[in-house]
Amino acid sequence: MFEQYLSLAIKAIFVENMALAFFLGMCSFLAVSKKVNTAIGLGLAVIFVLIVTVPINNLLYNYALKDGSLAWLHPSLATYDLSFLGFLCYIGTIAAMVQIVEMALDRFVPSLYAALGVFLPLIAVNCAILGASLFMVERDYNLGESIVFGIGSGIGWFLAIVALASIRERMHYSNVPAGLRGLGMTFILTGLMAIGFMAFAGIQL
Amino acid sequence: MKNSARKTLLDPLLENNPIALQVLGICSALAVTTKMETSVVMCGAVIFVLTFSNLFVSLLRNNIPNSIRIIVQLTIIASLVIIADQFLKAYFFDISKQLSVFVGLIITNCIIMGRAEAFAMQNGPAPSLLDGLGNGFGYSFILIITGFLRELLGSGKLFGHTILPLVTEGGWYTPNGLMVTSAGAFFIIGFFIWVLRTFKKEQIEEEG
Repeated sequence: MFEQYLSLAIKAIFVENMALAFFLGMCSFLAVSKKVNTAIGLGLAVIFVLIVTVPINNLLYNYALKDGSLAWLHPSLATYDLSFLGFLCYIGTIAAMVQIVEMALDRFVPSLYAALGVFLPLIAVNCAILGASLFMVERDYNLGESIVFGIGSGIGWFLAIVALASIRERMHYSNVPAGLRGLGMTFILTGLMAIGFMAFAGIQL
Repeated sequence: MKNSARKTLLDPLLENNPIALQVLGICSALAVTTKMETSVVMCGAVIFVLTFSNLFVSLLRNNIPNSIRIIVQLTIIASLVIIADQFLKAYFFDISKQLSVFVGLIITNCIIMGRAEAFAMQNGPAPSLLDGLGNGFGYSFILIITGFLRELLGSGKLFGHTILPLVTEGGWYTPNGLMVTSAGAFFIIGFFIWVLRTFKKEQIEEEG
């Protein structure tokens, strides 16, 4: 049981890294990785929101949207299949959760709120968040697995963005060809990192 | 008027490309470009959603309260994506299976939110429609180039037809495995930006 969760987490963090293997959350990944500090802030916010939204969307899918899943409400509802409404529901959950998390942090942990600041609203449209929910549905994870998957993919994304930001800070000392400066070089760096992470692909747990 | 409409439509192709300059919509774009077929279908879906989301957001722009505009925009976009997804499932089932979660991820494709926020909220329906089309084509342009290179160099095929006969099948071409992996896509786009900026000097970023 424990081993199964551990292997799922390792897989989500390294082997199937959200950013480097599936290109998810790329927009903010490239835009917010200029400084290590801001990258850490955004990474933490992503981990946090993933931990909350993936399990909630899992419950939503299993008890409201899946074919026949409304049967617990009333037997006559057993024939309904609302899974086509999935996208709308997941993005609704995510947008609402981000809003709630933002308000809760503002009220109870103002220091963390100040640190995350502008990044929280951005997260609602971060593909990594919606992507994790969609993968969870596609792979049919149960509640426990979806919690582990949420944490794992959040940590994976965090590692990737912090690593990229550290490399980009170093890049200031390098003489990059004019046309490659900024975005172009960042793409190539990310490509090299993706090759690095491919080394994990052989891991069997 | 005619000139500005043309500018709205054509600028996003090279002058103000959503991927190469605005850094929008890279997220789901790269993962689907291993083959031409999926790239083209993905482009079609994005152009559809982008054009109509721009149109509807622009039509409703005076009635959307500022504080909840993100949710309203997301709802419009998500409904359009559901239509696109159901359509693909009905008529292109195989491709829709290959695209898997990436059709759904069009919702969070920053290019769509970005254009709704930056253009459609301030402009009338007609220019917004053109802006949506233009940015859709600018996005497709890069996707199709990437898809073309990745499928041709990675597996010697285009649209599933063999162009370069592979060594394993008695031909002469040794496929470049890098192109099929995610890293290949990053390199292609990185070099594409380099080429683009060599010709359009004003897009070069200052060291900051």
